[in-house]
Amino acid sequence: MSNIPNDLLYAKSHEWIKLDGDTFLIGITDHAQCELGDLVFAEVAAVGKVLKAGQVIGSIESVKTASDIYSPVDGEVIESNSTLGDKPEQINEDPYASWFIRIRPAQPGIPTNLLDAAGYKAMIGE
Amino acid sequence: MRQSSFQTPDPDTRLILEKGGTHFANRLIAPLDTPTIDFQTWFGLANLRAEKPAIPDLAEPEVVRHYTVLSQKNFGVDTGPYPLGSCTMKYNPKVHETLAALPGFANVHPLQPDATAQGNLALMADLEKHLCAICGVDRFTFQPSAGAHGEWTGLLMIKAYHDSRGEGYRNVMLVPDSAHGTNPASAAMVGYEIRQIASGPDGMVDLNALEAALDERCAGLMLTNPNTLGLFEKNIGRIAALVHHAGGQLYYDGANINAILLQTRPGDMGFDVVHLNLHKSFSTPHGGGGPGSGPVGVKAHLAPFLPAPDLMKNPTGSYSLEYERPLSVGRVRSFNGSFLVLVRAYAYILANGAMGLREVSQASVANANYLLAHLRKAYDLPFDQPCLHEFVLSGSRQKELGCSTMDIAKRLIDYGFHPPTVYFPLIVKEAMMIEPTETETQEGLDGFVEAMLAIAEEVKNTPELLHNAPHPNGHTVPISRPDELRAAKDPVLRV
Amino acid sequence: MLASVGIDNPDALFAPIPAEFRWPTGDADPYTEPAMSELEVTLRLQQLASRNINTTTHACFLGAGAYDHYIPAAIDALVSRQEFLTAYTPYQPEISQGTLQAIFEFQSLICRLTGLEISNSSMYDGASAAAEAMLMTIRQTGRTKILLIGAIHPHTSDVVHTYLEAQNFVVDVLEATAISQSAGTTSFVKSPLVTQFAPPDHLDLTPYAGILLQRPDFFGRVGDIEAWTKAAHSAGALAVLSCDPISLALLKTPGEMGFDIAVGDAQPLGNPLAFGGPYIGFLATRESLLRKMPGRIVGETIDHEGRRCFVLTIQAREQHIRREKATSNICTSQALVALRATIYLSLQGQSGFVDVAEQSAAKAVYLQQHLLATGHFAAIDDTPFFREFAVRVISQSSAYRDVLQRLNQFLLTRGFLGGLDLGQPGTTHSILDLPGVWLLAVTEKRTKAEMDALVVACSDFFEQTHARQLTNPIPKGGGGDQ
Repeated sequence: MSNIPNDLLYAKSHEWIKLDGDTFLIGITDHAQCELGDLVFAEVAAVGKVLKAGQVIGSIESVKTASDIYSPVDGEVIESNSTLGDKPEQINEDPYASWFIRIRPAQPGIPTNLLDAAGYKAMIGE
Repeated sequence: MRQSSFQTPDPDTRLILEKGGTHFANRLIAPLDTPTIDFQTWFGLANLRAEKPAIPDLAEPEVVRHYTVLSQKNFGVDTGPYPLGSCTMKYNPKVHETLAALPGFANVHPLQPDATAQGNLALMADLEKHLCAICGVDRFTFQPSAGAHGEWTGLLMIKAYHDSRGEGYRNVMLVPDSAHGTNPASAAMVGYEIRQIASGPDGMVDLNALEAALDERCAGLMLTNPNTLGLFEKNIGRIAALVHHAGGQLYYDGANINAILLQTRPGDMGFDVVHLNLHKSFSTPHGGGGPGSGPVGVKAHLAPFLPAPDLMKNPTGSYSLEYERPLSVGRVRSFNGSFLVLVRAYAYILANGAMGLREVSQASVANANYLLAHLRKAYDLPFDQPCLHEFVLSGSRQKELGCSTMDIAKRLIDYGFHPPTVYFPLIVKEAMMIEPTETETQEGLDGFVEAMLAIAEEVKNTPELLHNAPHPNGHTVPISRPDELRAAKDPVLRV
Repeated sequence: MLASVGIDNPDALFAPIPAEFRWPTGDADPYTEPAMSELEVTLRLQQLASRNINTTTHACFLGAGAYDHYIPAAIDALVSRQEFLTAYTPYQPEISQGTLQAIFEFQSLICRLTGLEISNSSMYDGASAAAEAMLMTIRQTGRTKILLIGAIHPHTSDVVHTYLEAQNFVVDVLEATAISQSAGTTSFVKSPLVTQFAPPDHLDLTPYAGILLQRPDFFGRVGDIEAWTKAAHSAGALAVLSCDPISLALLKTPGEMGFDIAVGDAQPLGNPLAFGGPYIGFLATRESLLRKMPGRIVGETIDHEGRRCFVLTIQAREQHIRREKATSNICTSQALVALRATIYLSLQGQSGFVDVAEQSAAKAVYLQQHLLATGHFAAIDDTPFFREFAVRVISQSSAYRDVLQRLNQFLLTRGFLGGLDLGQPGTTHSILDLPGVWLLAVTEKRTKAEMDALVVACSDFFEQTHARQLTNPIPKGGGGDQ
């Protein structure tokens, strides 16, 4: 049973999204880190990068697999968490504190394709 | 990068670069017999390296012992059964090595005038004739250096073909979800978008999914047949018709051709392009990861696009390498391909002849079915059909008892076997892909069955034997499982 | 055996294959090659091999990317051990420590030769390694153009074009321009013979992901090219050097010159000429580019009991995991050839390796000077060269486009494989068209006696040709001109 906080939104590709003023923080879920196993590498998009929804904002690797992390919205990266690169294991230890980027969405409002905690929980079959 | 943590290494694992002290110069070449030159003046100080490269001076016996001891830490085809699925680890006849070392092959410069290398060119021409007959295609190129290189070369030809017909908008390559990873990777390297085709419940290409994926952007379909489950795509006629009707080309990944040698031919099935892995089906040794050779065969309509240079027979009967080929996809590597690998494959084909190659596929399929018949009760068989040269078991039942497929694989090492391919194809959970090849002995097959059955019992009774496997024995198994997390997280990639 | 699994007829094994595709099909030519004994196969192949001139029958002065260096006997003895020869890729590290440790040693040696931080376990050859390196520069910078500079081996250049253009990336070639003065007129000509050791003024490198140079260049020349790395870096581009491994015993390393990636072919390190393969590409780079690097990488770690050991690592870049997002499609590479290179360097040691390089350099200088002294050849320029050099025919016979072809044929009768005739585009090698230019390589294997005899043979050839010309004048327009 993985940890799925109620105050976050979720993308089907296993990112969590935290609304923080007019910006979003984005990371990967506890379920995702658990499936990937011990992470050995993390890379995050640079500040200033302008993205479309569905574009890659980072990538992570475990010993036997690799995965990209996608932006749920159009927007601009205004902060990126460079400490992840040095200590990718913190994503395994505390996935909800280990945000990848802070993005300023191009459009106000909450994207409609995101799930709430219950929806995500149902999606991963827990 | 972290420095190697072994400042005073265990003598058993000391690297050649950590040895030394003898400062012995082997007298390999004669002293300079022309006037010496002052390199600082000749090249200029700015062009010289600051320090000589750090390589120890070791006496030949020390070097020979080092690499002999290292070799003993390897498991080869001659050591024991090597049922590594999709890799076709068959026995490599010793005479191949003798032949490849003939000075008339090994010591020929690739840029010698064609007239001075007619033996090599004739060998290539005759090998091409044989491979065309075996595959049912019209031409071959020997340029590609390995299977993946062949895939990429074949796809380049497909792309050039579409471009030549004004259909450059075809930029989607279809790849089944059971395909080798090289297929999508090679397609990406010719700039194609990859569309994955789901397998049906029978493990075959789902015809509905295929039809749905076909449109005017389709450049082709890459298929392994028999597929990576060891099953023959029985709808291949229909698949070929659908892909061709949509304007696509059909690509044959030859990784599994050992199963069907002279029982059926890719060209007859409708494939337009075929690559072969000579280091699998045609018995050239794999060398611990190469060199291989990945010749690509094509039907006549693709021949104008073959890479340069191409082998031509002149009216006088001599052979030459032709560089002026306006429609060619270009050059895919330097010189003339992995020639010494071709020598070995040629010797293999001559020794077997047509009947011998038919017996190769027969025996490889018979051996696989023999293993399948004896293992199917103890392990899950997700796709229960007669297999060809290999089959895929699932360790799901054992996984539920706490032993993973990785544990089973490692335990096989304790029993003296090379493990099968594991966790592939991706569509089978806890997959074990088993390919005994035609050269495995009856004793080897029976021993493998016994070991697999014994391990299935150990899973129930003594799982710790699997969890801790393999058990180092001081010689053939020098280590237990390595810490791969440490290797990847904090990489040490040199000394 | 078949009976024990319930199959009575071997054909039944192939029941899954639809009858319409069972071979032989009605209209297919039957393929009825008979089987041959080991003895018959041996005789057939010996007969084919005997039709090739080779470096044991003729002293070889051909180079151009493939070099006739001495191969110590212990290499063949060691790599023919079946445990190395017949093993698969080391996916099971517990029973593959031999291959894995050898590759780790190879990676370490390549780093020491190139002066760079990390190396992969090998590529197919030097040309494909260069192409993969240029793709790395594109992944790293996000730019879509690359620039080729100076006299790069035409095969390398061709392969880079093929790899890059397949993905619609743009390959620009910097064509150097020289001032040509002849017969009192001055003209500007573009020629691969012109050196481009430093960036021309006002060349903008900012559109480029990476630049590729070769040193020694295709003509064996060694120039001071460091200004290029500075220019590339200040434009945000990466600098890639294609280099020869033997030359790195002496020459400033790619790392010392500031290159980000070094590639090359390690054939000269203990591998036979083999009519072109198998050879082995190497690729070394900075640690910061680790995850952009193609190919397998071996790393050091420990087993459960703390024993030092080696494994394939950083595999998430590779095709079996990343599939279409992998850094390359490469799977099987050249492990056994890498082992040969590793054993070669171990047997030579530092002193032997440096001796091979110094002898090759010194002997090439000796031969060039003696060829020039015949009066039949001129140097292409005065740049220092390593192991290889080009000369231009200046004898009267140079009026004939096929003069070098005929010279090489003459030399064969005297027991020499002559240099490469660069004036035969589309026939023997590549796209170069430099009539009358002859490229010769001299390794440590060539003796003073062989070189002196070669020089004599060249003089004999030109004297005989000259004598024939006097008695048999060639009609006007019958020969090509430069």
